[in-house]
Amino acid sequence: MVIWKPCIAAINCYDELPSNPDLPADQLLTDSELKKTPLFETHLAADARMVPFGGWSMPVQYPSGIIAETRSVRERIGIFDVSHMGRFEFTGTGAVAFLDTVLSAHVAALKPGRSKYHIICNEQGGIIDDAIVYRLEEDRCLLVVNAANAEADMDWIRPKAAEFGDVVITDTTISTGMIAVQGPEAVQIIDDLSDGTASSIRRFRVGLVEVGGIECLAARTGYTGEDGFELMPSASDVAGLWNTLADAGAAPCGLGARDVLRLEAGLMLHGNDMTVDNNPYEAGLAWTINLDKPDYIAGDALGRIAAEPTERVIAGFKMTGRAIPRHGMPILEEDQQIGTVTSGTHSPTLDADIGMGYVPRRLADEGTEILISVRGRNVPAIVVDIPFYRRT
Amino acid sequence: MNPEELRYSKEHEWVRVDGDTATVGITRFAADQLGDVVYVDLPDAGGDVEQFGKFGEIESVKTVSDLFSPVGGSIVEVNETLKDNPEKVNEDTYGDGWLLKIAISDQAQLDNLMSAEAYESHTAE
Repeated sequence: MVIWKPCIAAINCYDELPSNPDLPADQLLTDSELKKTPLFETHLAADARMVPFGGWSMPVQYPSGIIAETRSVRERIGIFDVSHMGRFEFTGTGAVAFLDTVLSAHVAALKPGRSKYHIICNEQGGIIDDAIVYRLEEDRCLLVVNAANAEADMDWIRPKAAEFGDVVITDTTISTGMIAVQGPEAVQIIDDLSDGTASSIRRFRVGLVEVGGIECLAARTGYTGEDGFELMPSASDVAGLWNTLADAGAAPCGLGARDVLRLEAGLMLHGNDMTVDNNPYEAGLAWTINLDKPDYIAGDALGRIAAEPTERVIAGFKMTGRAIPRHGMPILEEDQQIGTVTSGTHSPTLDADIGMGYVPRRLADEGTEILISVRGRNVPAIVVDIPFYRRT
Repeated sequence: MNPEELRYSKEHEWVRVDGDTATVGITRFAADQLGDVVYVDLPDAGGDVEQFGKFGEIESVKTVSDLFSPVGGSIVEVNETLKDNPEKVNEDTYGDGWLLKIAISDQAQLDNLMSAEAYESHTAE
């Protein structure tokens, strides 16, 4: 067999041979150069298939497979090792005011114990990353960013923080771990394991709880479209917490299922669906931006971009012909290329083939017929609203 | 894990020979590499295929691969059940997950294939 058609995102590429020149650089790292989460041995013992992702060795799937893992999360409960995500604490009297200069969210308006999904934009309004900021205390915030971007994010942020003053940045990526617990049974199971304390943390809030006797920062956030928590214990407790959750019935899930779940839920992946070459308005992320706060580094650029409709916009589509759209495939109107697929997959939940990509605004309305060029074959698709899946 | 009585290609297909008829599928190794199979695109019965020629595509949730026939000849039957139940390729790789039946044009082609043992060392590389 020859694996076809490389795709850019590491997560879509796990079957590519290492000799493929189109692969991102981190695919070429040797095993010993890849970072390992505190659950690395746990994944190996469970026969997970490990792949390089964002400089880390991560499980793409367990023997149960992507479809079964996706189903576990939609119907019951699944757990994901997301310890590779970058975690940075910002403390000091200047922390909140500083973050308001570099993040699109209005951090000063967040009460302690609350969080906000947002984007990090450069001075030109290009999207460097998307992230969640948690205000833990008055002068203490946690920023959780994509693993693949963590270094670049901090290279951009650190000098600005030093110049701003009164802010200390602590990288807690290694000293802590992170497990996402997602699915319709997740809140109940975590509540049972925490003597009924976890469920008092409502959506997008964060607090300290003991889960199975292990102290964790518990955030009611996730990347699957289901309810649940992201639990952050100290690194030495991660394996114990993972086993506790698995014993309680949670299915271990890999990056493959995580990618399917997030795409079904219409959640974007930085590096695929948005890059530094995209502005947040064409990416449908205007709702994450606060332009009213003072001294926001991207404020002027974003204000100019917001003043008129963008030429292109991200659209979701569903294949009407039989084919799975993949990152990088051309989107056509008749025989003219009008865009490129940024993410695509087979959705086991919807039993459909779905994708996203940027198209001219006039072609972004629901019901518009487009074509996806699949290895030289033009396959019909129809524009649909995002999210593809919404929990009931 | 790979049945002794079968012959294998470098491209990770297996062939079971019964007289002049060869049943063709993908190996356990290939099925595991692909993960959950979602689509199998097969040709119509009646056509010809060359040894090591492309005859279709197989697609899983995360990846897609070409299919190459380990033997040449005329296609006498394709596994129509895979249209609705592609998961059979994962579940019963050497049985119900077969792809094609081929009337072998030349038995000497089988000399170009590997034994189970040779295939296992091929995949161990």
